[in-house]
Amino acid sequence: MTDQDILALFTKIIRDLLSDESITLTMETKREEVPNWDSMNYINFIAAVEIELGVKFGVADIESFEDVGAIVAKTSAMLR
Amino acid sequence: MPQSPTLMDWLPTLSDFRGNLRAALAISDSGNRLEKLANIAQHRLGFLETIQLDQAVSRLGALEIAGFSAVRLAILASSTVDHLVPAIRVACLRRGLVVDVHVGAYGQHRQDLLNPASALHQFRPQAILLSLTAREAIAGVPIMATVAEVDQAIDRQVDELRNLWRKARETFKATVVQQTFLDAADPVFGSYDRLVPAAPSRLIARLNDRMSQAAASESVLLLDVARASERNGVDAWFDRGRWFQAKMEVSPPAAPLYGDLAARVLAAQRGLSKKCLVLDLDNTLWGGVIGDDGLEGIVLGQGSALGEAHLAFQRYALQLKARGIILAVCSKNDSATAEAVFENHPEMVLKRTDIAAFIANWHDKAENLKTIATRLNIGLDSLVFVDDNPVERARVRESLPMVAVPELPEDAARFVPCLADAGYFEAISFTVEDSQRAAQYAANAEREDLLGSSRSVDDFLRGLEMSVSFGPIGTLDLVRATQLINKTNQFNPTTRRYTGDELAALAAAPENVTLQFRLLDRFSDNGLVSAMILRPDPGEPEVLEIDTWVMSCRVFGRDLEREAMNVAVEAASHRGVRSFRASYVPTKKNGVISNLYPGLGFTRMEQTVPTDGATRWYLNLADYEYRPTHIARISKEND
Repeated sequence: MTDQDILALFTKIIRDLLSDESITLTMETKREEVPNWDSMNYINFIAAVEIELGVKFGVADIESFEDVGAIVAKTSAMLR
Repeated sequence: MPQSPTLMDWLPTLSDFRGNLRAALAISDSGNRLEKLANIAQHRLGFLETIQLDQAVSRLGALEIAGFSAVRLAILASSTVDHLVPAIRVACLRRGLVVDVHVGAYGQHRQDLLNPASALHQFRPQAILLSLTAREAIAGVPIMATVAEVDQAIDRQVDELRNLWRKARETFKATVVQQTFLDAADPVFGSYDRLVPAAPSRLIARLNDRMSQAAASESVLLLDVARASERNGVDAWFDRGRWFQAKMEVSPPAAPLYGDLAARVLAAQRGLSKKCLVLDLDNTLWGGVIGDDGLEGIVLGQGSALGEAHLAFQRYALQLKARGIILAVCSKNDSATAEAVFENHPEMVLKRTDIAAFIANWHDKAENLKTIATRLNIGLDSLVFVDDNPVERARVRESLPMVAVPELPEDAARFVPCLADAGYFEAISFTVEDSQRAAQYAANAEREDLLGSSRSVDDFLRGLEMSVSFGPIGTLDLVRATQLINKTNQFNPTTRRYTGDELAALAAAPENVTLQFRLLDRFSDNGLVSAMILRPDPGEPEVLEIDTWVMSCRVFGRDLEREAMNVAVEAASHRGVRSFRASYVPTKKNGVISNLYPGLGFTRMEQTVPTDGATRWYLNLADYEYRPTHIARISKEND
């Protein structure tokens, strides 16, 4: 899975989660830029990624992600 | 990716979730759209799909739709439960319940219940689910505490819960559901934990024991996540990361299963649990095909792992029968060949007499299931159909969507957990009548034989040698009468539901007349099969309103309704009552009694409530035409 594949999957997940087809994530997207992507939906998003890809983020990772690119990078590292 | 332990694998998969969801959203009629969404809910859905489906349902707004019941559920929790709400709503939709959920403020369950200005009070819940963590409850018990000190601490917790339950019921007349405490505690001593009364796992186990006992005595229902987490593994239920991040006690992947467990309890309370297990034969009850392999060739019993697996499945079916689930057979076979296995195979655990309806022929199974439901006099939505053949399963799901059809695993060793985990037969009580029910249905078949040999209905009824015992609804009748009131959908003119406490209060009020009827015949004691609640009209004490009248479908067509009315008229006349009034509120299921009141001599009143199509009826007791039945009276206990 390339980083772009992961990013595309993230976009699909966040669209489903927020019922908003207008969202397209980029590596630079920050959570506060996406309407309704609140802290509850952040946890739901992380959970959905974990279920979808069979990965598990650590508590420190989740607190440290500054943008979508950082989540993609960590996911990619775990999939390798 | 490894399969999640909390996956609901008894539900069929849906190949194109998105396509189906889009198709549902394109339906403009809200009733048809909800039907379609409910159909999607019958499938195995992941965490994200559950959220999407729930959003599609939410977009319909508040709904009053025929065939669905609306329920207002409040969840009061000491952990984050917002992620469980979609799962609860979807699982309820799976059972025809449209649920409006109110989530109380985090950890504020006491304040919410006690403060009349709280949002909870405005919401007016019909059901309240208390989801509390054990952390709070066991904190502060020192590790060296003695058994007595532990019990004291636990009892304090249970007493507090009891007060909350009572408050919830008194304030809202709501059904109260208490979640058992999830044991996420880690070993402190190791195996020696079991010997230390204040070891966290011991405290939680003790707390769950005491709390469950208290709940039973308060008619509070249990949602046993503790048991579920033992079954699936606590790591599948509790995710430490999610707890630290968001104070979620139930992990998101377990949410769909949590929702289903909650929905089972709410549905069971409304009498929506399944009643009958319909079994296929070849490769379901035994390995192989009896028509091809013969009695010696089929695989069943000791000496073969596969044979033992099928045997275990038969034993489980028998356990279900012992608790009152009706067993039936629906198989593509020659009837004589199929029955011969029950009669002649030495390893068969299930006997022919365990099966209340036995259909083996070459007809379509959906048609045969209809016959089984008719013969047993139960609804198709009370059936669970177990068949190893995916084609038959798909065919039945397609033509009879109300029949539950578990997606049986290929490995016969997994048949029992599949059926058990699906939770079709969720119970909220267990009475002597329950345990006898399966035998009573078998007796029904014998009665059918009598009917066949009788010259007329009158002849048949006389041949049954029926007798009835009756009296006011007393303390000992409460559990069964409550169950009957909440389960009965067919003979139920008003479909009013009461909790045990509410019924106790109604029975204790001196101005009311309550009656319960037990019917015996020469084949069996049918137990308590009918209950009636008559309440005076405020301001018109000489008029009694038939608030509730229910009768088990097992005894339809025996003239018991007439004998019950004879009894009610007598009881009321003794009190100086002049007339009865009654409502018939039509539902999808009570069409069978649409002519109940005119048949008993009631006269239609002009006034009709247009919204629910209800008709109003009255009877002047002086004009009541007392017609005897073939039911003898055993006792006259009523006042």
